[in-house]
Amino acid sequence: MPDLKTEEMVVQMGPQHPATHGVLRLEITTDGEIVKKIDPHIGYLHRCFEKHCEVLNYHQIIPFVDRCDYLAAMNNEHGYVMAVEKLLDIELPPRVEYIRVIMSELNRIASHLVALGTFGLDIGAITPFLFTFRDREKILDLFEMTSGARLLYNYIWIGGVAFDLPNGFVEKCFEFIDYFLPKLKEYDDLLSYNKIFIARTAKVAIIPPAVAIEWGITGPNLRASGVDWDLRRDEPYSIYDKFDWDVIVADGRVGVLGDSWSRYYVRVLEMEQSANIVKQALEGLPSDENVKSAVPRKVKTKEGSVFFRSENPRGELGFYIISDGSDIPHRLKMRSPAFCNLSAISDIGEGLLISDLVALLGSIDIVLGEIDR
Amino acid sequence: MESSEVFKLIESNYPDALKSTDLEGTEQSVTIDANSIVDVCNYLKTESELQFTSLMCLSGVDYEDKMEVVYHLHSLLHNHRVTLKVELSREDPKLPTVTTVWKAADWHEREAYDMYGIVFDGHPDLRRILLPDDWEGFPLRKDHVVAEEYRGWTIRKIKDGFE
Repeated sequence: MPDLKTEEMVVQMGPQHPATHGVLRLEITTDGEIVKKIDPHIGYLHRCFEKHCEVLNYHQIIPFVDRCDYLAAMNNEHGYVMAVEKLLDIELPPRVEYIRVIMSELNRIASHLVALGTFGLDIGAITPFLFTFRDREKILDLFEMTSGARLLYNYIWIGGVAFDLPNGFVEKCFEFIDYFLPKLKEYDDLLSYNKIFIARTAKVAIIPPAVAIEWGITGPNLRASGVDWDLRRDEPYSIYDKFDWDVIVADGRVGVLGDSWSRYYVRVLEMEQSANIVKQALEGLPSDENVKSAVPRKVKTKEGSVFFRSENPRGELGFYIISDGSDIPHRLKMRSPAFCNLSAISDIGEGLLISDLVALLGSIDIVLGEIDR
Repeated sequence: MESSEVFKLIESNYPDALKSTDLEGTEQSVTIDANSIVDVCNYLKTESELQFTSLMCLSGVDYEDKMEVVYHLHSLLHNHRVTLKVELSREDPKLPTVTTVWKAADWHEREAYDMYGIVFDGHPDLRRILLPDDWEGFPLRKDHVVAEEYRGWTIRKIKDGFE
């Protein structure tokens, strides 16, 4: 029935909608069940992050960076402090680098767990969500042990970290890794190879690699399209080159390359790699050193600018900092990964069914806090 | 390829476009004439030995005496990067859009317009993105004064430079 046309209807999906992962409004023009046009409206969570940065000193910005991507606060802090350290001449104690990598990778697992759980939730699988949150809780316990906070840590500081690892952390973290790795099989049984899940996600909302690059899509979403690119390996920062791990690139084993299922499964496999990195970092952790020895009391940066990006769970997190030599940045621009990933939705989402649009939105894993900043 | 080599290629192909190069500072960059930015970007993207296929970041900057748009480009194939700058006047910040080169520029340019009032000529949909449509002024400009009232709400004054 190709000639049969219905009257177009505009549907407002959001701002309060469970599938939009926060306050996002998609203005969808529909033709029956088919999405004709998407106009995303963002900014509901805009908190003037960049304007705040122009009146705060470099240390004071860290808690704000936390609140941008509240599901991966450690990764955000890590990216930010490395950008600032580029403008300073600081020699970091090796223990600090190890602690930072442990925290970032644990946070990556925690963030992917939320992504997978809520993705399942979006398309009707409620149980896996409970399982992923059960495991995420254990990571948050570890964070609480080290920093005292469960969501927004203010833990990674310029030139160091706020506290050394508490007694018993290493053992507890090993315990977690041993507990966690077998759980991946559980997710596979529950969700990844579930027939209904595959029917809902495989070959749905395909992003070809060229389109992904054109729109600036990064991170797991880019690797799900088959592009072999990970900043941790290709532009190594911190001490990632010391560890033995693999970059996960989708192979389209179910469905095709770049579909929603690939985007989901890249994250599952990435969690395994992150757990491996944490394990190696724990084994190689240098013994006691003062983790705050290099923290500058007052940050006096070089005059100039730096653009530094790091691999966040959602993609490449960039910080463009322009310094005029004072302790307050002249300009700080955050290139947030989810902002770029979401911008492609109006292109990719056209022609999908409304229910598949939900699968697309869930699989690109957005956090509105960092899109709106 | 090193940034300086890329700058030389730009200089030999577009001698009029290149205004200045900065090789000294913490970040090497090149300043391009606003009218040639699209040509230069197209060249950087399509030339086989350069292939800057991804626009990592596009930022507006306000330096009280001038405005700037900064482009951070990266090539996934060759793994090299380059920084371009375009200088604009504060009174009439206007330059052609690069959405025709990279689609990723779409939202970045809208953000720069939203925050700095920089007008990107030829942008398919240049309107505010993060702020409400009826917001007045461009908040990231250094001389922006916050309105006292917005939709009937009083906006509390924050003292400048709190410690």
